[in-house]
Amino acid sequence: MGLSYTAVESTSLQTAEIYGQALVELGEKHPEVVALTADLAKSTKIGDFMKKFPDRFFNVGIAEANMFGVAAGMARAGLVPYLSTFSQFASFRSADQLHTDICYQNVNAKVIATHSGTSFGQAGSTHHAICDLALVRSIPNLTVICPADGIETYHAVMTSYDVPGPFYIRINRGFDQTLYTPELIKKIGYKFELGKAIEVNPGSDITVIAIGSCVYQAYEAAKYLEKTDGLKVRVLDMHTIKPIDKDAILKAITDTRRIITVEDHTIIGGLGGAVAEVIAEAGKGCAFKRLGHQDHFAPIGLHEDIMSIVGIDSNGIVNAVRETMKMDFEEDDDWSDEF
Amino acid sequence: MPLSKEEWLSLEKKANELRNLTLDTVHWCGSGHLGGGLSVLDLLTVLYYKYLNIDVKNPKWPERDRFILSKGHAAIAYAPVLCDKGFEDKELLHNFNLTNSKFGMHLDSNKVSGCDASTGSLGHGLSIAVGTALAARVLKKDYKTYCCLGDGECDEGSNWEAAMCASNYNLTNLISFVDRNHCMIDGPTEDVMKLEPFEDKWKAFGFETLVIDGNNINELCNAIDTALANKSDKPYMIIMDTVKGCGIDFMEGDYKWHYGSLDDEGYAKAKKALEETYKKRLARVEKEAK
Repeated sequence: MGLSYTAVESTSLQTAEIYGQALVELGEKHPEVVALTADLAKSTKIGDFMKKFPDRFFNVGIAEANMFGVAAGMARAGLVPYLSTFSQFASFRSADQLHTDICYQNVNAKVIATHSGTSFGQAGSTHHAICDLALVRSIPNLTVICPADGIETYHAVMTSYDVPGPFYIRINRGFDQTLYTPELIKKIGYKFELGKAIEVNPGSDITVIAIGSCVYQAYEAAKYLEKTDGLKVRVLDMHTIKPIDKDAILKAITDTRRIITVEDHTIIGGLGGAVAEVIAEAGKGCAFKRLGHQDHFAPIGLHEDIMSIVGIDSNGIVNAVRETMKMDFEEDDDWSDEF
Repeated sequence: MPLSKEEWLSLEKKANELRNLTLDTVHWCGSGHLGGGLSVLDLLTVLYYKYLNIDVKNPKWPERDRFILSKGHAAIAYAPVLCDKGFEDKELLHNFNLTNSKFGMHLDSNKVSGCDASTGSLGHGLSIAVGTALAARVLKKDYKTYCCLGDGECDEGSNWEAAMCASNYNLTNLISFVDRNHCMIDGPTEDVMKLEPFEDKWKAFGFETLVIDGNNINELCNAIDTALANKSDKPYMIIMDTVKGCGIDFMEGDYKWHYGSLDDEGYAKAKKALEETYKKRLARVEKEAK
């Protein structure tokens, strides 16, 4: 699997730093890999690449739309550009260029969108990216990934090189709590595969589907609920938002009949929206709740505080699970008459 | 090297054929961006029949020169050029713009052979061209990148981001043009959103500039030769003063011909006008060729 970063290292490295190191690794192996940023080399942690490959590093200034067009031109000429800027600007600021130059032309360019969700919480809503997934998920040809932690970010970045076509990888600012410890990796036989959800915790009572830093919170909630309520909570890390793992969702409907989604994003059009679409087309009844930003801009604050206020931390998930468990189903538990 | 009379005549002949093919295409498909297509057609002729180092049999040849038509709506003139060169079958022009056609109003570079970028949304092409020119540097290739913008298109702020970038990276392997036909959909450019002092803007953004008659093949060739011989560290911008609807007298300079259609009578009138234009062009060659 070529895992170069241990969990120990990942606890001392910010997720973006791991991305920065993964990019250097790609740069060493592949001379056609180039990096671009829009005055955010330091913030997006691609300084190592800049030092190592100054001729393959381009800081285009505070001009994101141009950066996306430049990357498209580079990709068409045979380079593999990795573009790094904050998620809000990688999506909304340069939406037309992402849509047309990158995705319509279907070029081999990789967008690494940092500071996603409310991870740059104190910067306020100008720098929160809580609507980006709704936008990028709708663009054809684009693969969309939201890794759970640094380890998974490493795998996502490496995979993005191997798979031709445009990618949008959404990562956080700062430290992410490490979900994939060596123990958990061993326990669940962790393997990153594009479009395949990871079952972080087995369970038959309810399924919590989460992305990004919310996966860790969901796992913590699941462990707590098993102890306190005796509940078996299945936790799925839906790292690939598009193409989404429909099979895992359909299985969750059949096996647990209760699904909660958790994301640091608006409940409209992101993970919750994507899962809702699959459930709606499944033709099977299912208790369903979307945790995330409830069509409001988020308050200003520390990321963990915002997650708590919005109810996407472990406490919020515990409460939502208990609430959802109260929902009644037909006593016979027979689905065949519910189609 | 100055353009020989023989070569000038040959390019005029080709430009005349392409003007007619463009008009025919509009007639076949019912409507099209004739005004801005005809204003840029002399540039397309000169690039595709004199300058671009391309191989029709190997359209994705990595060493080829690139041309990015940022004003993608001029596809009504660009598609005939690509067909005439042999990248695509000329018969396909009969279906231009029609359902399931290979040629839409704005060309799809993944469908149309010889087309280097899918443009149409304005303000994108120069950035793509900058990336293409930077890639030549990284990949140590000698190809040139040419890019043509519309003048109305220059209202888009992204062009100026790209202009800063081209200048910042000293992209002397990039030669850009603006088709300054002075018209946009809603009226004359200076009425809708003032562009002047236009050349000063490009100079201020770090470009070497030339202002030429963009519907004079000799001037176009001289300008491109000058840009190719560029010894400065700045990219070149050639502002082509052109006439919207160039070659069809009743369309010339009228912004309303940004997009239009012709009935059989109008088409016949336009064909006649193109004949007259060609005569005048040949007379100019006789008079001015060295």
